[in-house]
Order: sequence, then C-alpha cells, then structure tokens
Amino acid sequence: MELHHSKHHQTYVTNLNAAVKSQQEAIQSSDIPAQVSQQQAFRFNAGGHINHSLFWQNLAPASSAEAKSSAAPKLLVKIKQTWGDEKAFLDAFKTTLLGIQGSGWGWLVKVQVGQEERLTIVTTKDQDPVVGKGEVPILGVDMWEHAYYLQYLNGKAAYVENIWNVINWKTAEERYLGKQADAFKALKAGL
Amino acid sequence: MSSTLLRTSGFRSALRASTAPKRAGIAGATFIRGKATLPDLTYDYGALEPAISGKIMELHHKNHHQTYVTSFNNFSEQIAEAKAKEDIAAQIALQPLINFHGGGHINHTLFWENLAPTSQGGGQPPAGGLAKAINESYGSLDALKEKFNAALAGIQGSGWAWLVQDTQTGAVGIKTYANQDAVVGQFRPILGIDAWEHAYYLQYQNRKAEYFKNIWDVVNWKAAEKRFQ
Ligand SMILES: [Fe+2]
Ligand SMILES: [Fe+2]
Repeated sequence: MELHHSKHHQTYVTNLNAAVKSQQEAIQSSDIPAQVSQQQAFRFNAGGHINHSLFWQNLAPASSAEAKSSAAPKLLVKIKQTWGDEKAFLDAFKTTLLGIQGSGWGWLVKVQVGQEERLTIVTTKDQDPVVGKGEVPILGVDMWEHAYYLQYLNGKAAYVENIWNVINWKTAEERYLGKQADAFKALKAGL
Repeated sequence: MSSTLLRTSGFRSALRASTAPKRAGIAGATFIRGKATLPDLTYDYGALEPAISGKIMELHHKNHHQTYVTSFNNFSEQIAEAKAKEDIAAQIALQPLINFHGGGHINHTLFWENLAPTSQGGGQPPAGGLAKAINESYGSLDALKEKFNAALAGIQGSGWAWLVQDTQTGAVGIKTYANQDAVVGQFRPILGIDAWEHAYYLQYQNRKAEYFKNIWDVVNWKAAEKRFQ
C-alpha cells in the first residue's frame, strides 16, 4: 500500500501535471500536432490518477463496518436483481478480473440506459478510466501486478479473493446513489 | 542452439524436477507430441545476479512461463475441438487467448535465451553483421541502449520492447509490443526485454529504470547475433 500510494500514484500525479503543462503550452502556441501527440500521455497519467483516487476510497480495513456489504443496502438490492445473489456477483467479478490480459482494472459500473439504471462489470486496460457518458464507477480493483506482487507473487487468484475483505461498501453505496460528478468530487478537491 | 548453450543441461535438470524434453525446436521452444513445454534454462536461477535476482528468475520461469505454457496447451486443445466441430464463433473467441498465452510462451523462451550470466558472455557487446546494423541505425551500442531504455520506460502497462529486424529492408529497429503480443510478420525478433512488472518488481519495485539499466549487464548478444540474418 505504501509503495502503491506514495510512489506509483505519486508518479501518475507528477506526470499528469507535466502533461497538463505541456498541453497548455501547445494550446497557447496553437501547436495542434503537439496537442494531438500529447494526448496519450495525458490520458494515461490522468487515468492513473483518477483510478487510484477512486481505488483508495473504495477500500476499507477488514474490521470496519464499511467493509461489510450490509453497508450498501440499496446497491445490494440492485446487485441481487442483476446477478441473482451476492455470491454470483462476486464470482462474475472475480472471473472478469482474472481474465484481464496484461495491466488493467476491473470495475462495477452503474450505467444509464435510457430511463433505466443498470449495473455492469467492465474491465479497462492499463490506466483507461471509466468516464463515459452516463457511467458511474462504483468500485474498482487494480489488476496491475504492482498492486499485489510483493504479497501474492504470481498468485493473483488469492489477491482477487482477499480484496473482497477490504472493499468499502459504504463508498460503493454512495457512488451508486450519486451521479458521475459525485464519484469524482474528491478528485477536484485534490487538484 | 550452440554447444555452449547446451553444455550445462545436465546441471540444469538437477535444479528442477522437470520433464522438459532434450530436443530444442523452433526458436528454442520445445514440443512433445504437439504440446508446448517449458524450456530449460541454460544457467542457474541465481546466475544473473545482481542484475536480476534468483527469486525473480525462479518465479518468472517456473510459475509465470509455465502458466503460459499450460494455458496455451489448454486453449490449443479447445480451438482444435472448435475446428473439428466447425464452430467458427468459438474459434474466434479463443483466438485472443491463443495469441496471449502463445505469445507469452514464445516471448519468454526468446527472453531466457537472450540473457546470460556474465561468466557465460552476458554483457559482451555484439560483433559482426548485427554490430554493423546497430551502428548504421543508432551510431553506437550505447546510443541503442539509451533509445531502448526510453522505449521500455514509455510502455504504458504491460509489454515488451524488442530489437527487431525488418524482413523487408534488413535494418534493425526498436519496437514495443503490448502485453504478450509476439514479434511476428514483417519483423524478426532479435532481442527482447520483458517490461511486465513481474519481471522486476520483487527487486526493483517502482524503480524500473534501474532494472532497464542493469539488465544490459546480462544480455546475451551471441544469441541476438544468431537471430540476425
Ligand atoms: Fe496501481
Ligand atoms: Fe514475463
């Protein structure tokens, strides 16, 4: 956790600030090719910042009340409605996480489909964030090797199993009941 | 495969309980009755220290590479069944898994070969046609390493950087590949460096630039020369 937060996340923030600065310069000098060529660095580092910010918030100590799924009563109703029961949801999420090839994230996402709100499990590669129209990231799991390697080595199935003991369901409930902008509120405050 | 590479095979077999075959196939990948198998290393797990720790080498070879081999065989069987049943949708669905695990097997097999302990020539600069091609493209070996390390550092997520040879022009160049995408088609793999976090994390954690710098001490340019045409 210490390395992940103080080194990895910090690197994304540092590189994001550098990317923002050079983008601003390119915009000021109307250098369109430079703006385009910098987009990927911006996307990657901004995504790294967004994803890790959401991740820390959706974790909680295993002994805390937040780490019990009962802290998310309304979300649980929707989960049961979507997957049948909580175990079926967890199994589907774990299978999705283990299916990621390379670096990436698994997310529980609330999606607005017409008048209806649905839950879905999605993966994003590398540091791609969940920022699409009508999408609210409810909880994310970092599947980069740096997230588990020092503790679990190549045993990522155990990481995927144990992370559920430290999921902050209270945060998940708040995100589920809120809008996209609410999920990213802390991000604005942190800039 | 040179006699140098095979010389220590008896010693190696003693290191691991392994049923690996004695015959080396294409690019060192070995097969028993159509099945991919984990290739033996030509050096001890700890022999690349201090550049790469023995613990990393052991996990990387015995666990990570083995998983690619096992999964590749598993999905190969499934795709063969899908073919037999003429189930095209299943074949398409399995293709990315074949690419990923087959790529993982090929890439690691090439990687083990293009590393060597310093006592077995690791870090000794290339000679002959490859050295000439490197100088033509990059000016010097040091300039190539610098560009190669920049390419490695620029990989966003998991992947590899390769010195490749363009089969159309014969020139060498640096290319990065995502995840386990293999060097196939127009380009020939000459030298690959694994930039997945599992390749360095236990020893270097987030200081990957140090790993990229140190690995050149154990690069086996002799193996690279043999791939160059
Ligand atoms: Fe991370
Ligand atoms: Fe690897």
